[in-house]
Amino acid sequence: MLEKTQAVSLYQTMLTIRQFELRVSSCFAKGQVQGFVHLCAGQEATATGVCANLKPEDYISSTHRGHGHIIAKGADIKTMMAELFGREAGYCHGKGGSMHISDTKIGVLGANGIVGGGFNLAAGAALACKMKKKGSIVVCFFGDGSSNEGSWHEAMNIASVWKLPILFVCENNMYGISSRIDKAMAVENVSDRAAAYAMKREIADGNDVFAVHRTAREAAAYVRAGSGPMLLEYKTYRQRGHFEGEPEVYRSKEEIQEWLKKDPIQNCEKVLIQNGILTEQEIKTIKNQVAGIIDEAVEYAEKSPFPPVSAAVKDVYTDIVEEGRER
Amino acid sequence: MKITYAKAINEALRNEMRRNPDVFIMGEDVGMVGGTFGLTQGLLDEFGPDRVRDTPITEQQIIGMSVGAASLGMVPVPELMFNDFMGCAFDQLLNQAAKFRYMYGGNMKIPMTLRLPCGGGLQAAAQHSQCLEAFLTHIPGLKVVYPSNPADAYGLLIGAIRDENPVMYFEHLNLYFGEGEVDLNGEAIPLGKADIKKKGADITVIATGACVNKALEAGAAMKKEGIDIEVVDPRSLYPLDKETIYRSIQKTKRVAIVTEEVKRGAWSAEMAACVAEDMFDSLEKKIVRIGDLNTPIPYTVNLESYVLPQVEDIVQGIRSIAN
Repeated sequence: MLEKTQAVSLYQTMLTIRQFELRVSSCFAKGQVQGFVHLCAGQEATATGVCANLKPEDYISSTHRGHGHIIAKGADIKTMMAELFGREAGYCHGKGGSMHISDTKIGVLGANGIVGGGFNLAAGAALACKMKKKGSIVVCFFGDGSSNEGSWHEAMNIASVWKLPILFVCENNMYGISSRIDKAMAVENVSDRAAAYAMKREIADGNDVFAVHRTAREAAAYVRAGSGPMLLEYKTYRQRGHFEGEPEVYRSKEEIQEWLKKDPIQNCEKVLIQNGILTEQEIKTIKNQVAGIIDEAVEYAEKSPFPPVSAAVKDVYTDIVEEGRER
Repeated sequence: MKITYAKAINEALRNEMRRNPDVFIMGEDVGMVGGTFGLTQGLLDEFGPDRVRDTPITEQQIIGMSVGAASLGMVPVPELMFNDFMGCAFDQLLNQAAKFRYMYGGNMKIPMTLRLPCGGGLQAAAQHSQCLEAFLTHIPGLKVVYPSNPADAYGLLIGAIRDENPVMYFEHLNLYFGEGEVDLNGEAIPLGKADIKKKGADITVIATGACVNKALEAGAAMKKEGIDIEVVDPRSLYPLDKETIYRSIQKTKRVAIVTEEVKRGAWSAEMAACVAEDMFDSLEKKIVRIGDLNTPIPYTVNLESYVLPQVEDIVQGIRSIAN
C-alpha cells in the first residue's frame, strides 16, 4: 500500500477526471460543448496511475479519448474547459477542442484525433529525448483498437530496434469503436504482440489504480534506465459510448452492469476506507472540493470570450497570416 | 564553383548539420549507402549514425518520427526515396505535420524539411515518376519549394531547414546531375521569392522544376520567331511570390504555365486560377497551361516522352497566344 498522501492524491486525480467527464457530458447535452467528444469515464485509473510516476519533464502522447491523460499529467482544468467551450482562453484558443489539447510546458505532446496517428510522433519525441540526453521519457497512451493500425507496429518495432525511452501504455477497453477485440485480433492480449518486437510487457488490472501505479512505476524506471521501451497493457472498460450521443448497439446492458461493479473510483474508495486512509466523511469532503473545482472551470469557460474571427487566419504558419474575408 | 544539383543538396545538408547540432537526417539508405542517388554521401562519416539515420522501409514512420522529434526542438531533414511514396505516409503530412501549429493554438513549431525526389524521364514508370506538389500545396500548414538549378537547390534547402514550419522540398530526379554555378557561402534563399530566369517582353512563362530548363530552351527557339519570352520560376510554390509573377504579367499581358504534373487538378491550375482572379483585366489572351497528359506515367520511352511536356509542346503552347 502507498503512503497516505500519495494514495489520496491518486484518488483525487481520478475523481477530478470523472467529474470533469461527467460535467463535459452534461455541457455537451446542453450544446455548450460541440463537435465530437470521447469520454474516458471508467478508465481513470490508467491515466492516473501511470502519470503519477512521471516527472514534469517527461512527455505523454494521447488519443481522441485524452481528457484523463491530460488532467493526470497536470493540465489546468479551467483552461481545458475553456477549450472545450471553444473560448479564447482555452489551451488552443478555441482552435482545437476536445481532441487536440496540448501543452508542451507540462509535457503534453498533444491529444490526437487520428486513431494511430500518434505512435510515430511519440517514437519521434522519444528519439528527440534520447538525442538530447536529458533523461526524459515518453509515455504513449493508446487503445486496443489502434493496435491494429500499421503505425503501431512500426513504432513498436523502431522503439525496440533503437532502444528508445518510450513506454507504450495500452488501455484495453475491449472495443475499437464498435468492434469487439475478438473480432479484430487473433491473439488474446494486445501485448501478446510485444514478442514480435522483442519488447518487455506486462498485463495488469486497469481498474485498480494501485496495481496500475505499481506496474507503471517499475516500467517507467526500466525505460528511464535506458533499457529500451516497454509495453503495459491495462484491462479496463469505457463506461460510456465511443462518443457522446452514440447508440451503443454493440454491447449488452449486462456487460456494462458487470463492469460498473468494477468501477475504478469505487474500488479505490473501498481500499482507502478499508485501510483507514480516508473516512467516508473525508471522501465526501474531497468530492465536494473536486466538484467546486469543476464548477469553477465551467463558470470560467462560460464567462470567457470567443476568439476574434481574425484569429482564424493566424498560426497556420509561424510567419504567415492567411487572407481573411470581409463580412 | 560549378557543381551538380545533387552535390548542391549534399553541400546544403552538410552546411546546416555543421551549423546546428539539432539538424539530423532520416530515411531509407541515407546512411551507409549515402542515398539511392548519392545525395547524402559522406554525411554518415562526418556526423555519425546518431544524426544520419538509416530507417526501416517505413515511410509513415520516417515522417511521423520527424514530426515528433521536431515538436521537441530537433530539426529533422527526412528523405522519402521517391515522392510517390507519400501515399504510404500521407496522414503524417496531412493531419499531423500540417495541423500541429494551428490545432494546438500556435503552441507548437514543426521545423522539418522533407526532401521529396520527384519527376519523370528516367523510365521508372507509374509509381516512381510522378510530381505530386499539388497534393501538398493544397494543405494549409505546409510550405512547398521546388528548385530548378543547383544554386537554388543549395540556397532553398538552407532556407527550408532554417524555416520554423514544415517545408516540402521537391527535387527533380532529372536535374540531379546537371551542373551549375553555386556559391557555397551558406546563405539561404528566402522562401516565397520568385526568380526571373530569363527576361523578356512578350510572354510570361511561369515554369517550375525541370520545366524551367525546358522553358528556357523553348525561349531560345522562340527567339528565332521574334517572340521574346520571360521565364519566371516561382521556386516556392507556397508561399507564392505573386508580386513578381504579376509584375511580369502586367508587362507581357500573356501567360503560359509549364509544369510537369498531371494537368487535372495541378498546381498549375491553381496558378492559372490566381491569374484569372487577380489579373483578368490585364490579359490580352487566354491563359495556357502545358503539363503532363492526364494519365499515369508509362514505362516505355516513346510513351513516356509523349506523356511528359517537352520543349516542342511548350513552343506550341506559347505560339498559340503569341499573336
